[in-house]
Parts: sequence; structure tokens; C-alpha cells
Amino acid sequence: MMNRTKCLEALARRLTDDEIVVATYSTASEWVEMSDRALNYYSFGAMGLASSHGLGLALGRPERRVLVLDGDGSLLMNLGTLVTIGAAQPKNLVHFVWCNGSYEANGGHPLPNQQVDFCAMAKAGGIRNVRRIEKLEDFEAQLPAILTEEGPVFVEMVIEQGPLGPRQYDDMYKPARRQRMREALGA
Amino acid sequence: MNAPVTAAGVLHGAPIIKAVKQAGVSHVLSVPDLHTAGGLLTPIRSDPDFKLIRTCKEDECFGIAAGLTYGHKRALILIQYTGFLYAMNAIRAIACEHKMPMCMIIGLLSKEVGVAPQESKKFGLRIIEPILDVMGIERHYVDTDEDVGCIAPAITRAYEQSHPVAILIGRKPV
Repeated sequence: MMNRTKCLEALARRLTDDEIVVATYSTASEWVEMSDRALNYYSFGAMGLASSHGLGLALGRPERRVLVLDGDGSLLMNLGTLVTIGAAQPKNLVHFVWCNGSYEANGGHPLPNQQVDFCAMAKAGGIRNVRRIEKLEDFEAQLPAILTEEGPVFVEMVIEQGPLGPRQYDDMYKPARRQRMREALGA
Repeated sequence: MNAPVTAAGVLHGAPIIKAVKQAGVSHVLSVPDLHTAGGLLTPIRSDPDFKLIRTCKEDECFGIAAGLTYGHKRALILIQYTGFLYAMNAIRAIACEHKMPMCMIIGLLSKEVGVAPQESKKFGLRIIEPILDVMGIERHYVDTDEDVGCIAPAITRAYEQSHPVAILIGRKPV
């Protein structure tokens, strides 16, 4: 079981200025503090839609790699996304799912089922490239491949529960961030 | 503007599709709607001018459409009114609070011909226009070919001014 902060730090060290990062809820709260980049996109709307925003970005910007930092509770609210992504087959999309078995952003209550096999569901949805990672050293070793191989890539990250908050979302959702990203992309 | 009531006329899918193209739409995001499946979705799926993204639930469409705007791609969200109701929280956030150009064509399945949506016997149909109004979403009612002229300007305006728009399809397109 991994520590999310350490994993995000490892990811931040590997990123260039070119990747688009779509973060949501608990992971977004850490990411916004750790890596303030122009191409950070904080998914908004119904919980669970991070991967849908990411799919749109991947289809709209095929020249860039899009990394979605999703949560297990969030993904369970939008499981159909795995089938939609499996059908669209975006080569530039990497879907990380941070799995701690809880609705961490909503008070840390457990998911209805702690034994969900997300990799199996992703495969069943049509995503062939799936990985399940439980150790930080394995994550660091696999990151170069994850960030370069053909997508869609699905990565189940087995983590311990993080801090329960409270979290402030107003700053990450402010229009100036979206404007900064549009300017960086010429969009 | 409330929908006009008329039993006369016909609504063809072809001019609607032409209007959507005129507005620069490249991507169609859809969960099939029985009301528009034959007249719109079937021709769209084989039209090389469109990239059709089939989603499993309607709220996915709004996230995908938002992401596409960062690639200068215009999207049409083609759904049934029940899907509109299902996706309400995504519409609330993405279309209304963040003022993204979400362009919806919403099929009013089983609406009685010649009856305005708010006069329908079906509860789900009666509430669509009031919901759009309270959310501040621009709406247009398309029931015959004579109404289609509003579609291209509405979508174009939505993208130029970054706001949502809903095109309600009253009569089943043929």
C-alpha cells in the first residue's frame, strides 16, 4: 500500500511542461499545492467525471498526453466511462485511479465494496493496457513506460487513506486557472 | 419563449444536421434517444463530417464536451429529456456555474403532436422548459422544419459567448 503524496511527488518529478493533468477531489487538493502548472485541469461537475473531462481533452489535444488523477469512489460514480474510453481508444490518455477503499473527500466513509477489481473492469471495458501498483518503488520503476506507451492506459494505484480535510475547492476551480490553461494551449 | 402549439407540419432530420454542421460542430456525443434515433443519430453515425462518441450515461457527455473546447472542437450533445434530467448535476456545474458552451439537442420522447411541452400529459415533459428557465439556459423549440433556422445561430452564439443552449425537439424527426 502506497502513500499518495509520495507517489504524486514521484509523478511531479517526471512531468514536463507538455502533459495535461486532470485532477479531482482529494488528489487535486494535494496536486494543486505540490505542482502549480499551467496545464493542470481541475475537473468540476458531478463527482466521477474526471475521466470524461480527460477523454475530451485527449480527443481535443491528441498531440499531448493527458493524465487523469481519479479516485476509486469517483470512478464508481461513472463506471460507464471505462467502456466509453475503451471504445474511443485515445492513444494519449492515462487514467490513474487512486484506490483507498473510501470516499475520502466525503469524510472517509468506506466504499460499498472494498474488494472491487478495477483492473478487471477496465479490461472488460476495452482498455487493454492495465496495471495495478502497490509499492512506491514499482510505481517509480514503471512511470517511464506509463508516460510513454500507447494508451489508453489504466493504472490502479493502491494507497492508504490520506487526510480527511476539510478541503478548499474555490481556488482550484477559479476561472483564472482555466484561462491560464487556455492561454497555454492557445485555446 | 414558450413553445408554439401546432399540429401541422413535419420535421426532417436532414436540415437539423445541416444546421449543426453550419455551426462548426465536429463531435456528436450521445446516448441513443428513441425520439431522435432514426432521424438524427442514424444519419450522423455514418456522416464523415462528424466524430460520434457514444457514451454510457448522459453526464459523461458534458465532461467530454468541456475537454474538447480546449482543442477548439465544437460538440453537440444529443440526448433524450430523461437523460437531461439524469445529468442535472453535471449541467448545473459545467454549463451553468462554469458557463461552458454545452450545446444540447434534447428529444421530447412521446410528446403529443400539437401540444406544447408544458401542456403535455407527461410530467417529465412538462417540467423541462421550466427547469431550463430556472437554470438560465437559453432554449429553443424545434417542432417543424420552419423552426430549424434557430439551430446554427444558437450553437454559434453559445460557443462565441461561452454559455449553454438547449434545442428541444418536439416532433419526431423523419
